[in-house]
Amino acid sequence: MSEKAREMICISCPLGCHMTVTPLGGEDVKVEGNRCPRGVVYGREEVLSPKRVVTATAALSGGVVGRVPVKTDGALLKELIPSLLEELYAMKIEAPVEQGLYLIENYRDTGVSLVTTRTIPAACKP
Amino acid sequence: MKQEKYDAAVIGGGSAGMAAAVSLARRGKTVVVFEREEVLGGILLQCIHNGFGLHHFKEELTGPEYAERCETELKTLPIKIYLNTTVMQVEAEDENKLLYGYSGKHGLIRAEVRAVVLAMGCRERNRGNIGTPGTRPAGVYTAGLAQRLVNVEGYIPGEKVVIVGSGDIGLIMARRMSWVGAKVMGVVEIQPYPAGLTRNIVQCLNDFSIPLYLSHIVSEIHGKDRVEAVTITPLEDGVPDLKQSFRVECDTVLLSVGLVPDNEVAKKIGVELNPETGGALVDSRLMTGVSGVFACGNALHVHDLVDYVTEESSRCGEYAADYLDGSTGGAQYPSGAGRNVKYVVPNRYDPAAENHFYLRSLVVKNRAELQVLLDGRVVKTKKLKHVQPSEMIGFSLKPGELEIPVQGEGRLEIAITAGEDE
Repeated sequence: MSEKAREMICISCPLGCHMTVTPLGGEDVKVEGNRCPRGVVYGREEVLSPKRVVTATAALSGGVVGRVPVKTDGALLKELIPSLLEELYAMKIEAPVEQGLYLIENYRDTGVSLVTTRTIPAACKP
Repeated sequence: MKQEKYDAAVIGGGSAGMAAAVSLARRGKTVVVFEREEVLGGILLQCIHNGFGLHHFKEELTGPEYAERCETELKTLPIKIYLNTTVMQVEAEDENKLLYGYSGKHGLIRAEVRAVVLAMGCRERNRGNIGTPGTRPAGVYTAGLAQRLVNVEGYIPGEKVVIVGSGDIGLIMARRMSWVGAKVMGVVEIQPYPAGLTRNIVQCLNDFSIPLYLSHIVSEIHGKDRVEAVTITPLEDGVPDLKQSFRVECDTVLLSVGLVPDNEVAKKIGVELNPETGGALVDSRLMTGVSGVFACGNALHVHDLVDYVTEESSRCGEYAADYLDGSTGGAQYPSGAGRNVKYVVPNRYDPAAENHFYLRSLVVKNRAELQVLLDGRVVKTKKLKHVQPSEMIGFSLKPGELEIPVQGEGRLEIAITAGEDE
């Protein structure tokens, strides 16, 4: 029994392809309107198990700015986002910090990790 | 006062300025970059979300990552960088131009150069620009300022937020505020269609069930010391229907109502601006009306993807290097916006060279056609799957695609025709 086709916009990149995604039952999905293979991956996931890349910041002490930006290195199941953010907001990072530092590795066995996205030097001592 | 001499000066150390400086330095020119903030990177540093770099770096990056890549590349080259330094004055009457930079750290710097690249980026339109009635309480911010407060400084501006305007920064902030625990009560857009990219409507509003009020305005801001509520009013045929007004309690109003190129310095030099873009009028080599002064990035026109800023600004650096080498290309003819097009950049073209155009549609259409008209005659067409004002359109004319005009004015017009309404 196949479900109804869903109109959606691929959010894998800023091009934003308008796609039609038709679940064909089970793991089978038909994706149309995509301009690259990432559209197929996104369309399938959006129907079967929606995921999002999370970008946020962590508290930073001793740096030239007060927050260090972070991202998940892949898309995380939408339902896990609130708990990930809760863990992130409890963290306190010390400057200096390098871009690409792993703050949480393999979050709840999803294979998705949380990494810093900016190099921030320590503030000069007054 | 420090007195220094370079081939070229770049004003602004964001994505545009860094790309232009890299091109110039690669061509062996001596370059100085003036950046008023403490670090290079510009507005990218507060754009912590991803979606940058897919065209230029062929991978998806966050703003800070994109900025760091540009900076890493720049630092492989001998480029002089002045941070914490604001260019207050440029004297550009002669072939040799004088720039005056002021800095708490370096004092007054005078740089003598032969070429100047304007890469100052853009500014946000604010409450005064849209004339929202009501009291003047605390809690009204431009979306980009709020973005900086949350993402860089670490302050959360409020708990219950109404966003005015559906520009991309506003949409991104709707998600960001939701993820820091605030409640976004709604996004209010005066136009019947969203101003931001569709992907941001999907990802930033729909994911959080945030209502989008199209053809609505905030007709009043309430509150004495702090924002307490706003009145939202629907438009009927473009006129506010006050009887249908409703009140939404909130403590914060974020304004995402458009960006305008930052051209205070350009105006002082006497650069003629394009009223449609707010940026300089430029020829096909991105040179303004003032010889030796170039413009690129959001200071030229507001882009929606930083990748296009990098592309355009790299070329701008090349053109500035050509100028320094004394090569300025062939004759220039006028180019501009035709039917259904808001603006075209650049405003002149060189039929003997490759010409890169960026333009914005005035209409939302599917299966549209882009038409290039030479003195009113269609000389090239291109199919466009979907056009909307918020998505910039880029295209190139290769040398030889146009005969060098010998008769007539040689005016090139770019229009959008056909298509179906969405």
